[in-house]
Amino acid sequence: MSSAPQSTQTQPRSALRATAVVALVLLVLPLVAQWLGPAWVRTLAFAALYVMLALGLNIVVGFAGLLDLGYIAFYAVGAYTFALLASPHLTENFPRIAQAFPGGLHVPIWASIPLGAAIAAGFGVLLGAPVLKLRGDYLAIVTLGFGDIIRIFLNNLNEPINLTNGPQGITLIDPVRIGQLRFDHAVSVLGGQLTSLQLYYYLFTALALICILVCVRLQDSRIGRAWMAIREDEIAAKAMGINVRNIKLLAFGLGATFGGVSGSMFAAFQGFVSPESFSLMESVIVLSMIVLGGLGHIPGVILGAVMLSVFPEFLRHTVGPLQMQLFGRIVIDTEVLRMLLYGVALVIIMLYRPKGLWPAPQHGIAPPAEPASAVQPQADA
Amino acid sequence: MGSLDTFVQQVFNGLVLGSLYALIALGYTMVYGIVNLINFAHGDVLMMGALTALSAIALAQGLAPGIPGWVLMLVGMLAAIPVCVLLSLVIERVAYRPLRNAPRLAPLITAIGVSILLQTLAMIIWGRNHLTFPQLLSPEPITIGPATATVTKLLVIALSAIIMVALLLLVQYSRLGRAMRATAENARVAALMGVNPNAVIAATFAIGAALAAVAGVMYASLYSVAHFYMGFIPGLKAFTAAVLGGIGNIPGAMLGGVLLGLIEALGAGYIDQISDGVFGSNYQDVFAFIVLCVVLILRPSGLLGERVADRA
Repeated sequence: MSSAPQSTQTQPRSALRATAVVALVLLVLPLVAQWLGPAWVRTLAFAALYVMLALGLNIVVGFAGLLDLGYIAFYAVGAYTFALLASPHLTENFPRIAQAFPGGLHVPIWASIPLGAAIAAGFGVLLGAPVLKLRGDYLAIVTLGFGDIIRIFLNNLNEPINLTNGPQGITLIDPVRIGQLRFDHAVSVLGGQLTSLQLYYYLFTALALICILVCVRLQDSRIGRAWMAIREDEIAAKAMGINVRNIKLLAFGLGATFGGVSGSMFAAFQGFVSPESFSLMESVIVLSMIVLGGLGHIPGVILGAVMLSVFPEFLRHTVGPLQMQLFGRIVIDTEVLRMLLYGVALVIIMLYRPKGLWPAPQHGIAPPAEPASAVQPQADA
Repeated sequence: MGSLDTFVQQVFNGLVLGSLYALIALGYTMVYGIVNLINFAHGDVLMMGALTALSAIALAQGLAPGIPGWVLMLVGMLAAIPVCVLLSLVIERVAYRPLRNAPRLAPLITAIGVSILLQTLAMIIWGRNHLTFPQLLSPEPITIGPATATVTKLLVIALSAIIMVALLLLVQYSRLGRAMRATAENARVAALMGVNPNAVIAATFAIGAALAAVAGVMYASLYSVAHFYMGFIPGLKAFTAAVLGGIGNIPGAMLGGVLLGLIEALGAGYIDQISDGVFGSNYQDVFAFIVLCVVLILRPSGLLGERVADRA
């Protein structure tokens, strides 16, 4: 049993205090970041998006042990679904749709997000169904191929019917609108101003918190236990009566749902989607986040996601000028540096700390005795 | 042009592609057979070979401008092979050997990391733009019956065939080959028989890398382009070829490679007609993936292999 439930049971006040601190930090962070520069707020918003993606991939890879290298395909599906539902693309290219929606297609987010999630989940099950009996390496390659196939289709489905607008992508996507509040304008609040980026940050953080809640509840549920059982030993799990096929499909589907939701938000945020944003490299980036942080451990995954989305930006601001000073020119530009960082993270972590920076506490090992606790520490399993 | 002519032309193109895939697939299959690892970075070793050859050729051309094309190609290959072999040995020693007994996910994730590192290295050394690989051999078309070929294409087929025969002889009749087969069968018992598994594994990686280097130079010659990301697609397709033929099985990789080349060429040639213009030849890369899925679902052991994909 993980130590977290114990401590919140025995020391609810400290848990409450911790929650309050975290909530305060999250609320105040974009205001601080804005003072440093709007680019940092954008980084924070993307960090929240990546947290959602990482949590989704964590369900597939961390909980269920299914190495999925094509995860970004679900992100793409979510993004394109939102793009198609909330942009002039369909009305411009299909006269029948233009007739049916004379005011343009502007599906509100309470419909388009669930739709994006549902379609992504559908694709998840579609991917999962033929690969159920494949083990690690083959599964990885097939999912890799699937991810790239999605990108190829997105790139080429502009004839004979123009569904995705090919390499040019879909533009003029509606921003998020909640009631009368449009997220692409700044908003005055309590005498101050919240920029569009800050609004998006709050939205994404709220969504990420919901995702975290879902993941935590899943982890301790029967489904979560079933995932971990098939991760550890599929045959034993089957012998215990777990329906391996359905559980695996559930893992793919749920993981894909997270991807779909983040993808929809990404589309609204950027206002523009193209197949370029959904390459294999993105899948690998999300994978490195969960590997670095701690595969299968939710706090670790969040840590990994935040680290690997913030650190490259940080490097961009420091290494660039440093290189100019040392060499007089940029030897390694920031894109390359970013990739280098991900590659090094993967290799070094696997060699020296394969469980990640913040791994899950191991089964059957007693947590350290709480000094002020009235509960006896658990005996070794 | 009659439809039989198109068919023969596509078959020829398929053979050319297939020979390349076979060479690369051999690297995958040998490594998998011996250490049960998909060497994700194999395609990037190919890429490094191609780019090294490019630089070597440029250097040679600078030093002695009148050199004939085929000498330059030889120079390119002779430069690419040691670089790829060395790279592969370093990767094996540093990234794969410590994880030989680790759970399944670890070596695979490390391999992905290595692949990225190689691409980054290439980006730093050669930049991110697509570089032109010079046309070294005569581009004049040669007609063989209804098909047109070039010297480069014929060279690809011939060189691949020679290399594959040599590899088969090596694996079947030499001491190293016997050691490789023994280690692939059961490394511990092979060690008891006096085989040094580390040395044999290193040799396997080295041979695979040399093949990838040659394949890389020829791939770059065929498509006249070289860049840091060029190894990904051929790598993926060659892996499909290896699985198609039966992973771990050397003749299987050769068969799988040629077969995949044929499927791809014929598919790309006829998909327009088959799908009434809905799908064009820009979906060519999808074929390999479809083949992979079909093989893994219907016959995971491949055409010639006995290993099964879902071993517990």
